[in-house]
Amino acid sequence: MSTSETGSSRVKRGLAEMLKGGVIMDVVTPEQARIAEDAGAVAVMALERVPADIRAQGGVARMSDPDLIEAIIAEVSIPVMAKARIGHFVEAQVLQALDVDYIDESEVLSPADYVNHIDKWGFTTPFVCGATNLGEALRRINEGAAMIRSKGEAGTGDVSEATKHIRKITSEINQLKSMTRDEVYVAAKELQAPYDLVLEVAETGKLPVVLFTAGGVATPADAAMMMQLGADGVFVGSGIFKSGNPEQRAAAIVKATTFYDDPKVVAEVSRGLGEAMVGINVGDLPAPHRLAERGW
Amino acid sequence: MVSLRDESVGATDAAGPTVGVLALQGDFREHARVLGELGARVVLVRRPEDVEGIDGLVIPGGESTVMDKLSRAFGVAEPLKRRIAEGMPVYGTCAGLIMIADTLLGAIDGQQNLGGLDVVVRRNAFGSQNESFETELDVPALGDAPVHAVFIRGPVVESVGEKARPLAALADGRVVAVEQGNLIGTSFHPEIEGDHRFHEYFLSKVRSAVAAAA
Repeated sequence: MSTSETGSSRVKRGLAEMLKGGVIMDVVTPEQARIAEDAGAVAVMALERVPADIRAQGGVARMSDPDLIEAIIAEVSIPVMAKARIGHFVEAQVLQALDVDYIDESEVLSPADYVNHIDKWGFTTPFVCGATNLGEALRRINEGAAMIRSKGEAGTGDVSEATKHIRKITSEINQLKSMTRDEVYVAAKELQAPYDLVLEVAETGKLPVVLFTAGGVATPADAAMMMQLGADGVFVGSGIFKSGNPEQRAAAIVKATTFYDDPKVVAEVSRGLGEAMVGINVGDLPAPHRLAERGW
Repeated sequence: MVSLRDESVGATDAAGPTVGVLALQGDFREHARVLGELGARVVLVRRPEDVEGIDGLVIPGGESTVMDKLSRAFGVAEPLKRRIAEGMPVYGTCAGLIMIADTLLGAIDGQQNLGGLDVVVRRNAFGSQNESFETELDVPALGDAPVHAVFIRGPVVESVGEKARPLAALADGRVVAVEQGNLIGTSFHPEIEGDHRFHEYFLSKVRSAVAAAA
């Protein structure tokens, strides 16, 4: 009696369950975090530069300054997430020590390890990781990720990669659902994912953790499309604070995410939002600048 | 043919009472599934007209700040307040408890709640996600076997008014489950743990209310 456990899988995955149907917004200052919370964000991602600026400025992108992360935690009452570089377990240790609510092991930052991802089981703080397909999602879950986001192509405002990745993941899940047990062994080999997790997805017809989508969402209609394609919620990075009217756009994306299946609401909230972020077509990006290809 | 998105919400054609689940944000599908398994007809509540035909309401876990804003923006808060005042059974988990509390501590500026439950509730009472936990909890009203309770950035009931009564407390005495007539609130999430006794307890209140109105 009265033994209690922190940092269990149930508790880590549980926070993601509570974020479902919501919008997680990138913020780079406490003022932006306040705007996001007031607009109805379900959580904020604290970082120094939004992906569009990381892309524009180039160079090595790293974990944010602890002062900035703490100032954002102090500003809002909703969960605060922060990014560590892929494989940089010490940045993750620092973020856990700062008491962030979720750690994003993110391809948006420059990878610290081109072979290994962080062993996430040893942490009390839960992790969210990006994935472009089901095999990648299950490899991350096998390493301890408690939430998955489809990657899209961050910092572009071009939703086509987000569409591609969420469609890929859901279609691979649907293929597994229709397989016989003997086919699942081969599927696990082809997905390059652990058999037990592949079998679990085949039996339940869904990922064992919450699946959000990210990377290029810039409008209420983008968010509603991701929800109709099967996402549990959306991350909006550069799309809000790189637009003409962040307060109104943020609130509009929140409403479109809840009423994703009601085009009248999506139409209503899309009126008069001003300029969306300018954007870059993913097709114009040379391969080395495609962030979604980071992750192994 | 596999649909793009599975929107089934439990046994919607069941003969049982009609229970609404506030579906603006959060883990409303988990509640819908449990209620459907227990024989309720489940309606996802997002708009004023969804409130009319329901015999009871569950408010799920999620972010109370988001549920508050959306419930007011889409006109569902006022009809819910009216139904709560008329005695409709309501069960709130975590953010849901926050929504039905009369008094809220740790709210953001301008945050409102539906109210009804004579308690003072503190948001995020345990701290950050690193302090989230699961534990065994004695709930005498539900029998001898403890309830496995999952707390996720959960609230606590700081004080229980004279109209309400505590149903469970942590070892340190902090109250984490309360009831008052047809209203139940828990700081934790039975909907993600597979123990259906809180939902059964709630549904017994809904069935009684339906019988009394007939």
